[in-house]
Amino acid sequence: MGENRPALEVIDVLKEFHIKRPPLWKRLLGMASSQNGHKTIRAVDHVSFRVEPGEIFGVLGPNGSGKSTLIRLVATLLIPDSGTIRVFGHDVQREEMAVKRMINRVSVEASFFKKLSPMENLLYGARLYGLSGAEARRKSEAILTRLGVRKSSFNEPMEEMSRGMQQKVAIARAFLTRPILLLLDEPTTGLDPRSKREVHRIILELRDEHGATILLTTHDMYEADALCDRIAILDEGRIVAQDTPAGLKKTVGNGEREPTLEDVFMELTGKRLRDENEGEE
Amino acid sequence: MLETLKLVSRQGYAFVARNFHLVKRYWGWELVWLIYCIVNALSITFIGVGMGTLTGSQDVDTGYLVVYLMIGTLVWQFLSSLFENISQMIQWERWEGTIEYTLMAPVRRYVHMAGQTVFAIIYGLILTGLIAIVMALFFELDLSRANIFGSVIILAMGGVSFVGIGIVASVLPLLYPERGTQMAYIIQALLLLISGVYYPVEVLPGWLQTVAKISPATYVLEGMRRALLEGTPTYELGGYIWPLLGMGIVVLPIGMSLFRAGERYARRTGRLKRSG
Repeated sequence: MGENRPALEVIDVLKEFHIKRPPLWKRLLGMASSQNGHKTIRAVDHVSFRVEPGEIFGVLGPNGSGKSTLIRLVATLLIPDSGTIRVFGHDVQREEMAVKRMINRVSVEASFFKKLSPMENLLYGARLYGLSGAEARRKSEAILTRLGVRKSSFNEPMEEMSRGMQQKVAIARAFLTRPILLLLDEPTTGLDPRSKREVHRIILELRDEHGATILLTTHDMYEADALCDRIAILDEGRIVAQDTPAGLKKTVGNGEREPTLEDVFMELTGKRLRDENEGEE
Repeated sequence: MLETLKLVSRQGYAFVARNFHLVKRYWGWELVWLIYCIVNALSITFIGVGMGTLTGSQDVDTGYLVVYLMIGTLVWQFLSSLFENISQMIQWERWEGTIEYTLMAPVRRYVHMAGQTVFAIIYGLILTGLIAIVMALFFELDLSRANIFGSVIILAMGGVSFVGIGIVASVLPLLYPERGTQMAYIIQALLLLISGVYYPVEVLPGWLQTVAKISPATYVLEGMRRALLEGTPTYELGGYIWPLLGMGIVVLPIGMSLFRAGERYARRTGRLKRSG
């Protein structure tokens, strides 16, 4: 792994989804929800950015702006239509297995086998990454305890846990494998302030003590401001701004008060909403 | 080399352990399923017992019929269990929402399949074994002439082909998130119809008899009946063993290739996501 290699390079990446027209029989019987023809949605529109090793890089954007698609592209779960993505110099398509070994992901939905306990789910996840049962059990207990999951819940079915607790187990699953590139897709959604703070501390620890690089999407502007070294703002699949939090704030400053990241977000992604509303009027 | 072997065995074991954890957690359903399978097997086998009464003939060899139906029931139970556990591996994960996490992990697809297959074999053997024990309490079995070794060889060969067909069917939920599972059940139902599970293939219409020749279950069932009912020695079972071996060699790599192609298609079109 070369020291001067970027942790993540996203170069001119394009991803579109095609929605087919409903079949004729469905349209004739009125069973189709839409009569429209073939539709193409451009989820990621020629996006480029670079994340340096050890950096926490935030991606902000409104719902449907392409943040999760971008994370899935890096996570090898989607294949880009064009462009290149490299993780520590490894192409996500050509060297998929090498990339998979270096990454892990926490998504907004805590996806688990709901009948299984946190420990059973974590053991499964850890073994997929080559950890032994004993090692996985020991590490799982340590991380779950640290995240404030009660010991009595370790062996209870996940479906009996709250949404916030399930999300903590999801975070534990990703941390367990010590990824050098961690993809966090709205990881703290649904967590209480104390748990959020603990997750923030662990993210920083993972970066500071283990040198992990982090790609973070969030709707929490405070979280982005507190954690991210640099931020890209995504709107309709395109990057509309990219800078440090301080740099972004400077772009919208009007002198009256110090702007927040929320002001930046509203300024850069809210314009279209205003335009549309004005158009409707 | 040793490190790779250790990694691969841990990864493969992850699927086996996870599935047994699921069996343990869904124990109520497993119990219901076991009872259903036992009742189903007994009901079918009692047809053999009642054949003399049904036809009014004294010449019906009831003992032969009972063993004939038992072999059909048990072999089909094992093969269909193998098929279901492999063909539904994607559907389960899609339903649970874990599919992206499993496919994102650094696990070679052959390791994934091998882990799932090992679980399917163990699960199938336990389920079929329990059914066989209960059936043995109801029906008198004369296996004094049986060639057990030959029948095990045939079952193992047939199992390989069924794993291949299961992998082919498991691709369907990747390609058709809404209807893939139903399609897999249709494949299973067709195999049940054409393979001579409860009757000789010869009673089928001519065109279905031709189709039956491409079903591995046909060779497994005929071969096992010859081995167990007639005591045919293993060296005379080549007519069943070789076609099964050939089918396994062809179907397994085809299944793996189709799965890889299906996974790539799903990743290109965004169909891995739960919502499809």
